[in-house]
Amino acid sequence: MLNTNLKLGLALAVSVALVTGCSNDKQEEKQKSVTGIDKNPFPSTYQKIDSKPIVITNVTILDGIGGKIEAGEILLKDGVIMGVGKSVNAPSEAIEIDGKGKWVTPGIIDNHSHLGVYPSPSTRSHSDGNEMTSPVTAEVWAEHSIWPQDPGFQRALAGGVTSLQILPGSANLFGGRSVTVKNLPNRTIQDMKFPEAPYGIKMACGENPKRVYGAKGGPMTRMGNVAGYRQAWAQADEYRTKWADYATELEAGGSPKRPTRDLNLDTLAGVLDGDIIVHMHCYRADDMGTMMDVMKEFNYKIGTFHHAVEAYKIADKLAENNVCSAMWADWWGFKMEAYDGIKENIPMVHAANACAIVHSDSDLGIQRLNQEAAKAWADGKRAGIDISQADAWQWLSANPAKSLGIFDKTGSLEAGKNADIVLWSADPFSTYAQADKVFIDGAMVYDRSKPESWPVSDFELGQIAEGDAK
Amino acid sequence: MSLFKKVALASSIAIILSLSTSVLAENIAIVGAKIHTVSPAGVIDEGTVLIKDGRIQQVIEGTDVPSGYREINAKGKVVTPGFIGAATSLGLVEVSSSAGTVDARVESHPISSVGAALDVQYALNNDSTLIPITRIEGFTSAATGLGSTEQLFLGQGAFITLATTYQPVMKAQAFMKLNVGNSGADDNGGSRAALWVAINQSFDEAKFAKSYTMDPSQDWLGLTTMADAKALIPVLDGKTPLVINADRAADIMQVIGLKKRYAGLNIILASGVEAWRVADELAKHNIPVILDPESNLPGAFDQIGATLENAARLHKAGVTVVIGMDTHNIRLATQHAGNAVANGLPHSAGIASLTINVAKIFGMDDQIGSLEPGKVADLVIWSGDPLEVTETAEQVFIQGEQIDMTSRQTKLRDRYLKRDAQKPIGYTRP
Repeated sequence: MLNTNLKLGLALAVSVALVTGCSNDKQEEKQKSVTGIDKNPFPSTYQKIDSKPIVITNVTILDGIGGKIEAGEILLKDGVIMGVGKSVNAPSEAIEIDGKGKWVTPGIIDNHSHLGVYPSPSTRSHSDGNEMTSPVTAEVWAEHSIWPQDPGFQRALAGGVTSLQILPGSANLFGGRSVTVKNLPNRTIQDMKFPEAPYGIKMACGENPKRVYGAKGGPMTRMGNVAGYRQAWAQADEYRTKWADYATELEAGGSPKRPTRDLNLDTLAGVLDGDIIVHMHCYRADDMGTMMDVMKEFNYKIGTFHHAVEAYKIADKLAENNVCSAMWADWWGFKMEAYDGIKENIPMVHAANACAIVHSDSDLGIQRLNQEAAKAWADGKRAGIDISQADAWQWLSANPAKSLGIFDKTGSLEAGKNADIVLWSADPFSTYAQADKVFIDGAMVYDRSKPESWPVSDFELGQIAEGDAK
Repeated sequence: MSLFKKVALASSIAIILSLSTSVLAENIAIVGAKIHTVSPAGVIDEGTVLIKDGRIQQVIEGTDVPSGYREINAKGKVVTPGFIGAATSLGLVEVSSSAGTVDARVESHPISSVGAALDVQYALNNDSTLIPITRIEGFTSAATGLGSTEQLFLGQGAFITLATTYQPVMKAQAFMKLNVGNSGADDNGGSRAALWVAINQSFDEAKFAKSYTMDPSQDWLGLTTMADAKALIPVLDGKTPLVINADRAADIMQVIGLKKRYAGLNIILASGVEAWRVADELAKHNIPVILDPESNLPGAFDQIGATLENAARLHKAGVTVVIGMDTHNIRLATQHAGNAVANGLPHSAGIASLTINVAKIFGMDDQIGSLEPGKVADLVIWSGDPLEVTETAEQVFIQGEQIDMTSRQTKLRDRYLKRDAQKPIGYTRP
């Protein structure tokens, strides 16, 4: 069992999790001085693009937290949402966009992407998403694999995606750290890191780890998988205690021997400290049920089950345990653990008061997540689960933002939040609706009507169809 | 029982089974819907479809129904011909990965050295759960073929109905498949420099085989086996369409070159990510394209020119566009077509890409693909525009029969919607 005697302050002090931002600078320096560990060695260098204030008028607004405003207005200024409502007080210098017949929503947040780690073109040289050398590789970080020139980022932007989580693949029990980014790729990966977003860790249930490691020393069964998670957590717990004891002794003026640093256990200890969010690839209801017990045994939190094809079977248990499910609308059958996929999975999870998320796991799917939500919404309605469009939009922005620990910053149209929004040509629950304009931190970063302004990755520059309609 | 008798009995049972639906089918009138006839009659805003003996008897304007028909009120609904899966492996796969036999993949076998002889008509399982899952979404028939052979050709596909029947094959040896893109090259010497010479050689051997006694006692030292050469003869003559996967413009020009060398070939281009770049050439040589209109990423160096406007640009140039490349989710071809329409394809072409165009390219348009008198009564009543993601197939008819609109997926849904918390789940029957 866990050493529950750790004081919270100490636990934080030895945490390897990312704690960034001005308010935390002092604390962080103190931690560093105690343990000598820099918990944020790859800080975000993201810079929002300067923009004049923008007001969109006469537009249908889904605020992303259940509200719908007809013929409303929204004001974006200094990178944040200044006001949303029937009318707002726009400054005279604000650029006005007439939203007649159009819809505004929060930007879409995909909490399951492999853009950059499995980029286009798909070549072995760029295939950097799975460290398939050992079943436990919590020491690897997806951000060290991301190729910012993946043209998939620009395609996703044209689909209204403003933020995304990029995860390692699902070959390993512990696949490594994920990273949350703003969808504005630039020269280095740090340039797109979402400021102050917590880290995540990718874990995987079921078929993939046993398929990959079955003939490579194991695990080769689901029970082997579970033994692997538990052993790793037990080690992480010991490691954490070791560093806590070290810090205590140091602070008391002693001269303890510094524990050996283990990057794998650094990440796992960060999870136990509550600083790193668990994103667990898990399809079957029984696998998810087992993992929720492992979670309790080692006193950590699973933030989200990803894929969760059978979440509808245990939606009540997911709600009880406060674990989100990130799902497709209708993918199924490509392997046994996806055989029981149904089209009403998302609305059934929502109806049980559990947290439902629409995710892509696909460089094509990420371009039309609004349509995935629309299908699930309509299928739910036909099955007697009546959810408003305004509520359903939580699947695309608010709930993924919560699952990534960034809901205080983005994911809904509320005053003070990052102005990450999409202006749709029509009701976005339609095949024919397209993202007309996309704003990130208040700047218009995609304008469908101005092809010459579309971002083009280095890779596509000088290639066929550079800047073509995509 | 002699073998002959067994065969005779089996085939008579088969005939009874395959005819049972149409013989027993009632006369049905579907009344008041907006009807996409996908024929010269165009779209009828409010009309009636009369079904008799499993076939379309007539499509009429208005709602006056002659006596003798069971009427189905479809006012406010939309009716289309049954959609046709264009590039699938339906009936050949249940679960793709790590779940036992997948008949859609063939490993090397002495019967074939280039893959042409392989034939899926013997591999079809009409009890596959994919069939009801697909048909309740408005798909009533499909072209089905192999996904991989690691040889030159991907064998001969079949055209099947998605009705409940032990005889799903509407046309055996309905098409031959070939891949000349990167993966085709990878499986054939790692370069197009080997791949294309092998293709030419195979067709030259088939040409020779036409006037050769194909008999095991004869010497045959070709690149192809005798079985392969035999299978390629109807392809050479254009009786069997040749579906060729290619994406980059240079490869597609080679496909056109092949048609110039072997003038009888009836070629269908598949995937065709950069087909828009050579759209005029394709139109000139009457080569239709099966595509996924959502492919807009350079997945490989042979797809650099990918764009969401591929379908629209091809259509504009006069190329026959067919949409639908998938198996488990071929049902999503409606959404794919909708996205093609969102990116410039006319709506009517979007409907045609799922119906008459598919039927035409596989030579099935005398039977299916439109709502015209005499055609098989494969049709669908939709809640609204079938290309709209929020709409759905409300009732599907195959060969004039109103099919049961359930599948394993709807049963799973219903079981968990009405779960009895007091009992283990196995006791809840949907």
